[in-house]
Amino acid sequence: MYPLNPLLYNKDVEKEPIRAGFGRGLKAAGEKNEAVVALCADLTESTQMHLFRDAFPKRFVELGIAEQNLVTVASGMARAGKIPFTSSYAAFSPGRNWEQIKTTTALNNQPVKIVGSHAGVSVGPDGATHQMLEDIALMRVMPNMVVVAPGDSIEAEKATLALAENGKPSYLRLAREKSPVFSTEDSPFELGKAYVLKEGHDVSLFGTGTLTYHLLIAAKILEAKGIHAEVVHVPTIKPLDYATLLTSARKTGRVVTAEEAQAAGGFGSAVTEFLSSVLPMPVKRVGIEDRYGESGTPEELLDYFGFSGDKLATTVQTFINEMPQYHR
Amino acid sequence: MLEAAGSGHSAGPLGLADIFAALYFDILSIRPEEPEWPERDLLFLSNGHCVPVQYAAMAEAGYFSKTELTTLRKFGSRLQGHPEREKLPGLENTSGPLGSGLSQAAGYAYTLRYIDEAPRRFVYVVMGDGELNEGNIWEAAMFAGKYKLSQLVAFIDRNNIQIDGTTEDVMPLEDLKGKWESFGWHVLEIDGHNIESIIDATSQARAITNRPTVVIAHTIPGKGVDFMEYNYKWHGIPPNAEQAKEALEDLRTLGGKITHEGAGL
Repeated sequence: MYPLNPLLYNKDVEKEPIRAGFGRGLKAAGEKNEAVVALCADLTESTQMHLFRDAFPKRFVELGIAEQNLVTVASGMARAGKIPFTSSYAAFSPGRNWEQIKTTTALNNQPVKIVGSHAGVSVGPDGATHQMLEDIALMRVMPNMVVVAPGDSIEAEKATLALAENGKPSYLRLAREKSPVFSTEDSPFELGKAYVLKEGHDVSLFGTGTLTYHLLIAAKILEAKGIHAEVVHVPTIKPLDYATLLTSARKTGRVVTAEEAQAAGGFGSAVTEFLSSVLPMPVKRVGIEDRYGESGTPEELLDYFGFSGDKLATTVQTFINEMPQYHR
Repeated sequence: MLEAAGSGHSAGPLGLADIFAALYFDILSIRPEEPEWPERDLLFLSNGHCVPVQYAAMAEAGYFSKTELTTLRKFGSRLQGHPEREKLPGLENTSGPLGSGLSQAAGYAYTLRYIDEAPRRFVYVVMGDGELNEGNIWEAAMFAGKYKLSQLVAFIDRNNIQIDGTTEDVMPLEDLKGKWESFGWHVLEIDGHNIESIIDATSQARAITNRPTVVIAHTIPGKGVDFMEYNYKWHGIPPNAEQAKEALEDLRTLGGKITHEGAGL
């Protein structure tokens, strides 16, 4: 069984920003492989790239506020045999430079890593312009592109190390706020793998990014009501771990997905596209419903948009009251 | 090539023919039989629509057979309408959407200078003048200026045309020399149809070690074909069979000035 943080359900569970794990992972990747280089667009500490910069100043490039240049310079460095990690806020990269990413890294098939920090509504007070909600949809439709949304800081570190070695153009989605650490150093991480965190037979809850934690909380609430939910963590959105998702969906016959992003076109859509062709069943996609975010504290916004454990539990309960278990 | 393709750009590639001839047959240190030779010079094409002239130069240089040239833009061809690196060995980048070639070349030049410390290799990039409308170009110009990427040599194909008209009507570029100088570049202006000037400009660029160099190469769009020269309407279309015959006759006889056995064939 997947080793979960034993303090997971405590109120004072350890919290750390996912981007901190990225910062550690990038430095470790740099120690492991001399070809790893880092490029940043005037947000070096925000994106935690300063750890790499201070350790390997010669392999760090400051680009200024120029996201189009950020990824295209990285593409040129990849042609020269390097493994470039580029970082900015997700709202700007891939928000502003999508075509450059497509043409010069994805179609060109260069192992440039697009690291989008501060994704989702949990950016908080900065408001809608800085809350990137469309990135999962935008990046997963690009052929050749790998898309990863780690669940916590420990997993972000492992994902960064894995992406440094995968040889492919890749998108790594990070969040700003401190988020609960639900995995452990011993928890497995492999690109393209999904992990069953809690077994159950009444409904499958598929989560990506930090929402997996909130699904675990929701599952605990539901358990107390006699509903046995299965929680599957899906850090790699592309390629999807079809086998693990299918096994769970076949067992429970109904699925709820959750992501801190637009419900249209994102992770839930990827799950639905897949299931609809092999095992059609009702899927409730929890995400932002065709609107922009707004200013507020991260907690206020997570609750308002239905991402807190309480709200997710209610959503799941309503869904299973309405939907029979398919293929059972 | 373009007649057989039935679509594509005529004027730009003709205007760049002398520059590509100088690059592939004098300036670039390359091995066509070993496209990934680790010590090679690099050539990035930023205005991907001009790739027909690059394909022609590559075939002449021996990267692939000239018979393959007529597959341009055809289904299953390695010679895509706009260049794709993974399809054809010898290409350094994938381009089409304008404005992103300079920064890729700059990324390579940065790596050579600061990471690999390989001062004897050079990175060349060919850009159109119309694509200087793109913001990405000026981001790259600032970047290369800041880091003094002296191994970067950029050509601007200053043919004064773009799709909607002349560059100065659509979105004026002048003072072009002054713009690049203010971004920290060494600027040369040459006749882009004078092979010696093209070669001399790159020699000078390689000798300058504290700044990148941009060569503003004044060219005639449609060069060598009387009915295409200076006419922006030939930017994005190919000749039909009759026009192609006339164009090739123009090119092979220097507009009727050369008469010898084989001319006009």
